Amino acid sequence: MNYSPAPILIARDLTLSFGALCALESVSLEIHPGEVLAIVGESGSGKTTLLNALYGALAPDAGEVRFGENGELDRCVQALPRQQLRHLHRSAWGYVHQNPRDALRMEITAGGNIVERLMAAGERHYGTLREKALFWLQKVEIDPKRIDDLPGTFSGGMQQRLQIARTLISHPYLLFMDEPTSGLDVSVQAGFLDLLRNLVSEQRMAVILVTHDLAVARLLAGRVAVMQRGRIIETGVTDQVLDDPQHPYTQLLVSSVLPA
Amino acid sequence: MTIYYNFAYLDEGTKKKIRRTLLKAVAIPGHQIPFASREMPLPYGWGTGGIQVTAAVIGPEDILKVIDQGSDDTTNAVSIRSFFRSATGVRTTTLTREATLIQTRHRIPETPLHAGQILVYQVPMPEPLFKLEPRVSETIALHAMADYSLMYLKLYDQITRYGRIAIGYEYPVIVHDRYLTSPSPIPAYDVPKMHMSPALQLFGAGREKRLYAIPPYTRVIPLDFTDYPFDPVNTRQPCALCGAVESYKDEIVIDDAGNRQFICSDTDFCGQRR
Ligand SMILES: Nc1ncnc2c1ncn2[C@@H]1O[C@H](COP(=O)(O)OP(=O)(O)OP(=O)(O)O)[C@@H](O)[C@H]1O
Ligand SMILES: [Mg+2]
Repeated sequence: MNYSPAPILIARDLTLSFGALCALESVSLEIHPGEVLAIVGESGSGKTTLLNALYGALAPDAGEVRFGENGELDRCVQALPRQQLRHLHRSAWGYVHQNPRDALRMEITAGGNIVERLMAAGERHYGTLREKALFWLQKVEIDPKRIDDLPGTFSGGMQQRLQIARTLISHPYLLFMDEPTSGLDVSVQAGFLDLLRNLVSEQRMAVILVTHDLAVARLLAGRVAVMQRGRIIETGVTDQVLDDPQHPYTQLLVSSVLPA
Repeated sequence: MTIYYNFAYLDEGTKKKIRRTLLKAVAIPGHQIPFASREMPLPYGWGTGGIQVTAAVIGPEDILKVIDQGSDDTTNAVSIRSFFRSATGVRTTTLTREATLIQTRHRIPETPLHAGQILVYQVPMPEPLFKLEPRVSETIALHAMADYSLMYLKLYDQITRYGRIAIGYEYPVIVHDRYLTSPSPIPAYDVPKMHMSPALQLFGAGREKRLYAIPPYTRVIPLDFTDYPFDPVNTRQPCALCGAVESYKDEIVIDDAGNRQFICSDTDFCGQRR
């Protein structure tokens, strides 16, 4: 058995319905510090719903999500006062949207977008904010000269990298990502994934990554959880699950993307 | 036929309701409190909020001063003053130090206010985050969480674009170390006068139906960055009429050749010095 440190987040029996539709059915999972967990499954299987329930943006009908940084899962997402949840979302956690326009402030310059979390945390020195913005632009491989340009003048791939910089600047220990690559041209996907993989290992954060792209899961994730109709039907180490799937649905999923 | 209005036009029940809201506003400095704004015999934008506040707090012993852009004799100031004279019979004045109650639009008098005085501001838009976050429910949440990074983003953007914080009017302030508050469209140059003022400051927004207050001796701190401190601009030119340097000036075109003069915007202050 591998030694693995205590989880930083654990979900127990999450159940959530939209009217008659059961989008999550008794879903349980845990995530450990620094690990990347991919949630895969076909469209409509409940990936985004699960991610949002874990994040605290959707309230489940039953079950709970507990979390804590130091081995103690002493806090519950669903019981957290709104103010504390917001604080968590703005500093120790991060959420990367599929469409960067859902996260970026399009009327504010790239630099302003990047440093917003620092200002929320109380940074009141303009020079420091500029330095940090330049530093993170370089980190996400955007020309620092673009610091005062509006995000609307950036390509889709650059906007996505801007979103990453804006989120990672507070050094979150847990990052939620919903299909971060699916809006990008195939030509820029590889470069973006490379960058993402480097940042994730360098920042030592845990990531819950929703994707329908098994190649993305293979590249980034240590573990995968496979969803079908609101349930996790198989979970395990990425290579094992993708190379030797046990559940018939996973076998189908793997064979449909990786033709023999 | 003669029509008799109640003292200060509004009925006693309405005035009492407004005073209750004002008490709440004083208890939570800088926090906007909704109130049931009444129809007033003048259009929105002419100070209906300020007038209701003045009507609610004015008593027969009060001495009232009304200014608009610092001046006692613009149309707006004259008509509000005469409205209250006829609706209350109170004495009116142009002297800042003599007034017990001052209703203002866009200025704070130059003459320092003293304990016991009340300054009533006419406020067009009470919500300082309005242009940054159009959803009212969201601005309420941001205030509840004291999350004002949006306003800092605006300041960041100003420095980036103009090299300084170029907010000349309605400069955002934090009241009592808690609420982000609009000082109403007074010049940034007037904002320091609000800090620890011995006078009670009341704010009325008629169209937006909100009241707020800054009690006497309350901290009022302009938002800024440590390396770009609050530094409001004012001309260094002395007043062409009274020679004052420190007072806030209006720039006035004096002839067809486009020649200009700087003159104190506070007409009472300027007149006292001449
Ligand atoms: N707000 C909502 N109201 C009603 N039904 C919803 C809502 N959000 C999701 N659903 C339904 O719940 C199910 C799961 O949706 P979800 O968005 O979680 O799927 P997904 O796995 O993320 O799919 P995709 O890969 O297409 O993004 C779907 O049947 C979807 O139609
Ligand atoms: Mg989805």
